[in-house]
Amino acid sequence: MNKVTRWQIGFALALLLAALIFGAIAAFAFVFPDIGDLIPFEQLRPMHVSAALFWIISGATAGVMHYKREVFTEQGRSALQAVFFSIWVATTIAVFVFYAFRKFGGREYWEFPPILCVPLLGAWLLLMLDYFRAWRHRPTDPPLYVWMWTTGIVFFLITFIEQNLYHVPWFRDTYLREITVQWKSNGAMVGAWNQMLYGTALYLMVKISGDEGIARGRTAFLFWFLGLSNLMFNWGHHLYNVPTAGWMRHAAYAVSMTEFAFFIAIVRGFRKKLEEHRRFKHLLTYRFLVASELWVFLNLILVLLMSVPAINRYTHGTHITVAHAMGATIGINTMILLASLGFMLRVDELAASRKKWIARGLAMTMASLLLFWLALIAAGAVKGYRDVVLGMSDFQRMMQPVFEVLKVFATAGLGLLVGMGIIVRHFLAALRKASYGASA
Amino acid sequence: MRGILVTLSVLFAVYTVLVYGVGDRLDTDRANSGIRSGMRVWQERNCQSCHQLYGLGGYMGPDLTNVASLREEPRIRTFIRYGTGRMPALAVSDVEMDHLIAFLKWVDRSGTSKVPPETVHWTGTYLINEH
Repeated sequence: MNKVTRWQIGFALALLLAALIFGAIAAFAFVFPDIGDLIPFEQLRPMHVSAALFWIISGATAGVMHYKREVFTEQGRSALQAVFFSIWVATTIAVFVFYAFRKFGGREYWEFPPILCVPLLGAWLLLMLDYFRAWRHRPTDPPLYVWMWTTGIVFFLITFIEQNLYHVPWFRDTYLREITVQWKSNGAMVGAWNQMLYGTALYLMVKISGDEGIARGRTAFLFWFLGLSNLMFNWGHHLYNVPTAGWMRHAAYAVSMTEFAFFIAIVRGFRKKLEEHRRFKHLLTYRFLVASELWVFLNLILVLLMSVPAINRYTHGTHITVAHAMGATIGINTMILLASLGFMLRVDELAASRKKWIARGLAMTMASLLLFWLALIAAGAVKGYRDVVLGMSDFQRMMQPVFEVLKVFATAGLGLLVGMGIIVRHFLAALRKASYGASA
Repeated sequence: MRGILVTLSVLFAVYTVLVYGVGDRLDTDRANSGIRSGMRVWQERNCQSCHQLYGLGGYMGPDLTNVASLREEPRIRTFIRYGTGRMPALAVSDVEMDHLIAFLKWVDRSGTSKVPPETVHWTGTYLINEH
């Protein structure tokens, strides 16, 4: 591992900790408004969201930039990696400085002043230059994870630019165009980083099992195309209730139903998964990957339900949407990232006592996340019922029982903070000991 | 494999052009400079952190898509200026206030956030403005 990769891992873990701390405080500030007197909620929320978002992207890029060196047989140091990382870190820190001074100006997920998108775009272009320079030395028949990394990197650029198209006045001409382009890009961007992360998960599974065939099979490629189609066309569930042209709604509904294929594949592959689990369960890296697969399954059930407009009518704008987002970002994205960082840091070679602590941290994270997720679903169901079925118009009255349920969610958030805090602590200890030059 | 990838990319490009070009064909209400300034105030005050438009945004306060037609304007101005309960008082100038109100009225005219039950089709989709 080179020096820049070490810094990338350390920075990503620091962002994970920041996301957890801001998230835990924000959850309590949501339920107990007096806490908001110290740090206003409108400051806490973007701090939490941006820390989480930058954790995912920073962690994903750290993995891809590291693994590509082996896959593309890259030699020597990459100055571009260092320049990319320097700009990325400086801009991320600037984001939090702006938040600290209550300077906003962007939009959902990117709530900082939009001028900071310029260095972020520049950094991403450098990352792409670094990646595609190495791409020239790719294997003649690249395995699936290479295609996934590549499409993830390219689509992140496309969606990032699309997210900023609102600076062109034409895109703000009508409110329907403004909101449609915003959520088209947001929805597809999640798909873009998922491509990078699922590619990483597949690469790790190849490394763990020693079976390169799982990244080359026809079925694997078919499912990739299905995932890619969903990235491109399945963002419409955000906008079901927006009175845009009907075909947009119907197309999103039809494409989202293809996700049943993933659901069926998971159920059919369950027995094989159990066998695989028996072989590799002693590996921490593998356990993080299995945790992510469990959350893919749980979140898929929720997503399939939410993708039916008639059901979405009750869930849209409620905490069920938050449950979906948390299941995806913590349960799937974060678990894959911990597997990836753990693999790079060789956590499976740590002392037995450290490994035991990481396993305890994972168990606590999983239990807390389940409670957290169920509390959000319950809160969303209560809000949906009172809003849509009872038609309550007084917002504070409607939310009263919801706030009660969310006390469980806030408490479970503390469990997440402690569980993942334990994992991060031992990962950082492994990072301090990690040697330069050795490739994972 | 490359064939499928190229086909998907072309479909994506065509679909994107359609979404940008005709996705909003029912909305003919163009934004003026005041509305655009109001949108900037909405972003700079980070209203989306607590409020939603069309169910998208934060969860602390109510959805404001149709607040302009549900509440009287003086009441909205009082809420923004002095706050209430969980809503902080926003130190906005009179001009910023006018622009923010113009923005909220513009959003309100674009449609309704709540989907009436009669628009739910038996297939599970909605038929909004398609009857």
